[in-house]
Amino acid sequence: MTTHTVSRRDFVVVLTATGGGLMLGWRVGDRAGAATAAATAPPGFAPNAFIRIGRDGRVTMIVGQAEMGQGTYTAFPMLLAEELEVGLDQVQIEHAPPDDKLYANPLVGFQMTGASSSVKFLYEPMRRAGAAARSMLVGAAAQTWNVDAASCRAHRGVVTHTPTGRRLGYGALADRAATLPVPTQVTLKDRKDFRLIGTPAKRLDTPAKVNGTAQFSIDVRLPGMKIATVAASPVLGGKLAELDDSKAKAIAGVRQIVRLDDAVAVVADHMWAAKQGLAALVVRWDDGPNATVSTADVVQELEVASQQPGVVARKQGDAAAALAGAASRIEAVYQVPFLAHTTLEPPNCTVHVRPDGCEVWTGSQVLSRAQATAAKVTGLPLEKVVVHNHLLGGGFGRRLEHDYVTQAVRIAKQVEGPVKVVWTREEDVQHDVYRPYYYDRLAAGLDARGQPIAWTHRLVGPSIFARWAPPAFQNGLDGDALDGAVHLVYDIPAIQVEYVRHEEPVVNTGFWRGVGVTHNTFVIESFIDELAAAAQQDPLEYRLALLGKSPRARAVLELAAKQAGWGAKLPAGRGRGIALMYSGWDTYLVAVAEVAVSPSGEVRVHRVVCAVDCGSIVNPDTVKAQIEGGVNFGIGGALWGEITLKNGRVEQSNFHNVRVLRINEAPAIDVHLVRNGEAPGGIGEPGTAVTAPALANAVFAATGKRIRTLPLERQLRSA
Amino acid sequence: MTTLNINGRDVTVDVPTDMPLLWALRDVVGLTGTKFGCGMALCGACTVHLDGQPIRSCVTPVAAVAGKKIITIEAIGQTPAGKKVQRAWLDLEVVQCGYCQSGQIMSASALLAKNAHPSDADIDGAMSGNICRCGTYPRIRAAIKQAAKGARP
Repeated sequence: MTTHTVSRRDFVVVLTATGGGLMLGWRVGDRAGAATAAATAPPGFAPNAFIRIGRDGRVTMIVGQAEMGQGTYTAFPMLLAEELEVGLDQVQIEHAPPDDKLYANPLVGFQMTGASSSVKFLYEPMRRAGAAARSMLVGAAAQTWNVDAASCRAHRGVVTHTPTGRRLGYGALADRAATLPVPTQVTLKDRKDFRLIGTPAKRLDTPAKVNGTAQFSIDVRLPGMKIATVAASPVLGGKLAELDDSKAKAIAGVRQIVRLDDAVAVVADHMWAAKQGLAALVVRWDDGPNATVSTADVVQELEVASQQPGVVARKQGDAAAALAGAASRIEAVYQVPFLAHTTLEPPNCTVHVRPDGCEVWTGSQVLSRAQATAAKVTGLPLEKVVVHNHLLGGGFGRRLEHDYVTQAVRIAKQVEGPVKVVWTREEDVQHDVYRPYYYDRLAAGLDARGQPIAWTHRLVGPSIFARWAPPAFQNGLDGDALDGAVHLVYDIPAIQVEYVRHEEPVVNTGFWRGVGVTHNTFVIESFIDELAAAAQQDPLEYRLALLGKSPRARAVLELAAKQAGWGAKLPAGRGRGIALMYSGWDTYLVAVAEVAVSPSGEVRVHRVVCAVDCGSIVNPDTVKAQIEGGVNFGIGGALWGEITLKNGRVEQSNFHNVRVLRINEAPAIDVHLVRNGEAPGGIGEPGTAVTAPALANAVFAATGKRIRTLPLERQLRSA
Repeated sequence: MTTLNINGRDVTVDVPTDMPLLWALRDVVGLTGTKFGCGMALCGACTVHLDGQPIRSCVTPVAAVAGKKIITIEAIGQTPAGKKVQRAWLDLEVVQCGYCQSGQIMSASALLAKNAHPSDADIDGAMSGNICRCGTYPRIRAAIKQAAKGARP
């Protein structure tokens, strides 16, 4: 176990960072007061970077993972509190400062929230941090009473000497506990003794989110702060050629026009003036090399790239020979489009550049990168850059990028005093870091009974890892792009999975809720459905027959099918589709979707039944919420989601042509949990990943039309 | 100078009269609970009440709201419907990222204030203008029904 002592100086930094309303939980109604009280409170006991206990008994938990709706600000306190022996009602939370040493995500080795990894990788470290703190507090009590620590018990922030009934609160023990060595070994509770882990505890961030007091970075207000909005070159790689800002400058409230080589920003007293100013600018862009690119060009290049063999990512048996000898052979091409995230909180970042330092207020899934980019742009040393994280108004992978931070710091360098840079929705849609366009070729060989004896999958697309985490891109393989594809759980004797890296430099591409798995699960689960249809077998039975070696997958399939009433008759025009998801997240999820397809090709999703085995569960209600939300996110993406290019420009701009799911279109969703003691798996993204194939398979069941290119509705209309 | 009645208080603001109420609330008055999502009345994040009716503050100019009663998320808990909605939101753990929820709660409160027992179709009609990218829709529907149940005498 790794524990860290946080010095008093570190506290000052952390506490300064909490100014402006970052206190959550029960202190939320008293933001300024809480910050002031905390700033003047003695340090008390801080055995590691996650827990601080004041002399007043106040327990503060510092969460290094960002809260973007997925529930880390409840799950992590639950893990810590379980072992620390405090109640969640006794806890307040702080955003962690940027620090790759203290808050690294073991998946990537730096401070990162994403890839459904927080609980999966930090389940035990958080418990250990809590247990270490508890053991020191108990030790301090035992020392005070001169008794054996084994005769003392901790509960709700109080240590009791069981034989005599003497009691001391954590606050009274804080100073003495701080003098004890941090234990190198701790004993974790047995599962059967859990009071919190596994219970549907109330989220700690909810109260502030229902009364308007929750602070997102867009809500930052600072004395003297200006507000800016920005337009970057509409074509990636384009440059600002000419600018006439005379009309913009004449607008009341407009203070300054900031020119960057690839963007222009209007700085104003308020967003209204900034928006009007931006609209009044007369700009000529030099569009650069991507000036004439359209989506069709991207697809054509992918198609060409797909003709070449790729780097082999998984090889089992001799797939080529097995294909050649098969009784029948099925081939298919699958395609998924560019997708925008449209987090409801648009990208924004507030920056104050001073000669001797820089302060940044933003919402980020990669906080230390936000700090590093600010240091790089300003030329300041890292320690002179203070970054305040906030609640994120949606992440979905968008805030794994720090482009909007970099841009805001570039703008702020030219502005006196603090400036909040807020993107319009149009800017967000047209300058996103999009889910890549992927192009996949599959082939399967079936024996005389229709059982698959060979499976080949060649996927073609850019490598996000090569740009975003170069050390993770090794031997020509992008583990994220291949996630799910190489995890194919079906028992097929010969399997070959290949990866052709093909960059799409005409737009920026990046993570989008489940990126690799979301794409691969659509492809795999649609294709296995095709094989079942070719074999004239029931899609559920066909899958079950291939899962003899994967009992957990089999169990979730059976549970979902049972709960969904698989096989029961449906009215005409309706269909039921099933899909199974498994990947590096170590979660098994099955969705059964029931859809109706209108004669004009409109898809109505009536019901989605899910069964999930994500191993050990911290908060079952959060798991259900993540599946529900993930499914709904996936429906919009699968039915309508696509970003298209014309003359190098993104054709969509706002929610009138970026169609997302609304409440009147949202299905009933039932989620059934498998409870076991397996290691925890990820839960933030699986719901999205499993949805597109469940819908496509349901559309096939309803119409007999196999849709191999997303979005579904556009294809249905042209099919 | 325009005088706005916000959450029961008169506030005088020196802003262009064509400024949408959203920016007056957020950037001038400092009430940031009302959110910016699209600027085109497409997402509902900016919903506030104007004389009890839900409106999209991102497209409603200040000139059109002077002299009328504006209620925002910061004060909706002081209305009977708003209080019930907030309670149901907490009880059913509706919220994920939370960014859209101010607008969702404002739309739901307006619905319940005029229709104590909304049907599913009523809920669709009142709430389809509010986007939630986290996909909390099943819980929003359930919470509105729960709040309505609480409203029964």
